[in-house]
Amino acid sequence: MMLLKHLRTSIIAITVFTVLTGILYPLAVTGLAQLMFPKKANGSLIVKDGKTFGSELIGQPFSDPKYFWSRLSATGPFAYNAGASSGSNYGPINQTYLDGVKKRIQDLKAVDSSNTQPVPADLVTASGSGLDPHISVAAALYQLPRVARIRSLNQDQVRSLVAQYTEGRQLGFLGEPRVNVLKLNLALDETQSLSGGK
Amino acid sequence: MTLNGILQIAFYLAALTLLAKPLGAFMARVYQREKTFLDPVLGPLERLIYRLTKISPDEEMDWKANAVALLIFNFVGLIVVYLIQRVQQFLPLNPQGMAAVTPDSSFNTAVSFATNTNWQGYGGETTMSYLTQMLALTVQNFVSAASGMAVLALFIRGIARHSAKTLGNFWVDMTRSTLYILLPLAIVLSLVLVSQGVIQNNSAYVSVPFLQSTTDTAGVKVTDQVLAMGPAASQIAIKQLGTNGGGFFNVNSAHPYENPTPLADFLEMLAILLIPAALCYTFGKMVKDTRQGWAIFAAMMLILVTAVFWMYSVEGSGNPKLTALGVDQQSTSINPGGNMEGKEVRFGIPNSAVWATVTTAASNGSVNSMHDSYTPLGGLITLIMLHLGEVVFGGVGSGLYGMLIFVVVAVFVAGLLVGRTPEYLGHKIEAYEMKMASLLILIMPITVLVLTALSVVTAAGKAGIMNPGPHGFSEILYVFTSQANNNGSAFAGASVNTPFYNFTGGLAMLIGRYWLAVPTLALAGSLVKKKLVPVSEGTLPTHTPLFIFWLIAVVLIVGALNFLPALALGPIVEHFMMMQ
Repeated sequence: MMLLKHLRTSIIAITVFTVLTGILYPLAVTGLAQLMFPKKANGSLIVKDGKTFGSELIGQPFSDPKYFWSRLSATGPFAYNAGASSGSNYGPINQTYLDGVKKRIQDLKAVDSSNTQPVPADLVTASGSGLDPHISVAAALYQLPRVARIRSLNQDQVRSLVAQYTEGRQLGFLGEPRVNVLKLNLALDETQSLSGGK
Repeated sequence: MTLNGILQIAFYLAALTLLAKPLGAFMARVYQREKTFLDPVLGPLERLIYRLTKISPDEEMDWKANAVALLIFNFVGLIVVYLIQRVQQFLPLNPQGMAAVTPDSSFNTAVSFATNTNWQGYGGETTMSYLTQMLALTVQNFVSAASGMAVLALFIRGIARHSAKTLGNFWVDMTRSTLYILLPLAIVLSLVLVSQGVIQNNSAYVSVPFLQSTTDTAGVKVTDQVLAMGPAASQIAIKQLGTNGGGFFNVNSAHPYENPTPLADFLEMLAILLIPAALCYTFGKMVKDTRQGWAIFAAMMLILVTAVFWMYSVEGSGNPKLTALGVDQQSTSINPGGNMEGKEVRFGIPNSAVWATVTTAASNGSVNSMHDSYTPLGGLITLIMLHLGEVVFGGVGSGLYGMLIFVVVAVFVAGLLVGRTPEYLGHKIEAYEMKMASLLILIMPITVLVLTALSVVTAAGKAGIMNPGPHGFSEILYVFTSQANNNGSAFAGASVNTPFYNFTGGLAMLIGRYWLAVPTLALAGSLVKKKLVPVSEGTLPTHTPLFIFWLIAVVLIVGALNFLPALALGPIVEHFMMMQ
């Protein structure tokens, strides 16, 4: 008797709470979000002259030395697959992981043999999401001479672009200062097409 | 460690402490059915729910009736979650055409969300339709959390009352937890998160061009990036507040669409511990002695602070194997440094370290960095936090009732040492209470160790290992530790979406939730009947610094000793291998 009573209450209760928290709540939030923050609610897409160039929040892979490179990404079957986020999940002494770090350092040196600085940690490791849109300021400065040289730009010009796309600590103390790689590379391309460079 | 890192951590802990009292006092009003400022809006809705469900809000029940209500309600929820996943391909709001989820994965996920574990055997953006995320997962995020809070409210009344029979009404406590506490906080938090860039839409996935095209592993050129979309913010807000932790996306709160900025990260991290911390104050209020609540808060906070700074220091010092390769892991104002594998640049080391500690302390289990890639000692800390039984703030409701069980044990052991009758807040602690407490403390380690042992000797178990050597053992130990504690975080390299792990893990989650919740209610049912023992000279005060340290000692000894041999085989061996 008690069992049946609780069973009936359970079935009605789960229905009521499904309507309230599974339908009304998310739909109300969607409605308000679309009204108040439409750009952010829809993925912070970068739109210029009606064309979409990716999202401010989702990184892209770069291997051309004229671009700043993003961090490593462990998503499959290709890097920065935003339909299937993933970290590498390599343990710290896994040989495959250490080989990957070694190869990354070689790749960076191969296109920039004169650079003798130590490589910042974030530039040789894969992010947790596989979609990290940022690199550290140190990782941008490490790559700066290479990018300037290949694009025949003066280093100060590139440095001011890096500064422009550097996001500081939020509220002055939260998080790490970081550079948005896609936005920086888009700006580099734009600078060169404006100045009629190669 | 940098000064800025320490400042961020201090700010977080201070915010958590400052919010405990106002929210805790509000929740005490909710459970004592007193007037709140939300009554004009939510009162009519609450009465409507009672009318529809035919719940009589003034009818109280004993522990058995409440336990039955909890079990049946959660079982019905579990069935619903299972069925929705199995038929999602026929339902609307499925723009990506997701197919039915496999039976074993559906079972695991249904158990996972009904038990407030939110272990993810699946990848959200590749498996679940928007409707499944909303109807199945978001709903359980609310009601499984509310169920835990209701059990706590019933347990607290068992301590607050004397010479009584009933503990309250599970239905009323569950309904009021959802309406007055979880829902308002979730609405506010989800909108703030959207303002930071968390997505909230019902659109199909968006395709955008890569600035520089790339090639996939098969050598095929890829020119476009597909951005996963969906109603993420509404689910993320409640997954943090309800210590659920199941992410919208595969990588959970490391995903930039789930956790886009340091401020979003701070708020999500605050939401993880907000309710569990404030419930300590609620407890003090309801037993009419707020010092008792603060004492428990202090014990939890001291363990947490120690773990957080230990974690920050080991992750910040990086990986010596990378130093040998010429990698710069020094933390500076322009370089986050440290062990960055599996971590996001915007969070850096301090925010990743705090999150990893907090999410394993609470039974939340959401992650903003990949625990599998932590240094061996960092991984060890996450495992230790889990092994303590999720009592350092812990899950909403379940964390505090877990800690109160340790309080009972601490009082009992102290009583034995000095030869006095053990008592807690006017209740004599006798053989029955100790039987229940021992049961509660032993079930989790037995479940974890037996299932881990089974997995390392069977082919199906070993097939899940990704990293070789001691790390592989840690992965399996973590699987069952996480599930038996209803945490849900993972050493995510392990491939556990297999029938073997879906079934054994489901079992661990069921045992970890209900085999603990039912004896907890039984214990409350026994306490509530006892006559009030007046405070005398022989009473051990349970709000003093001495008792706080004694409680910490009991928690650490019980938690650490059960698992020390297993930890020696995994992270501790790996640490020495890394330092070689």
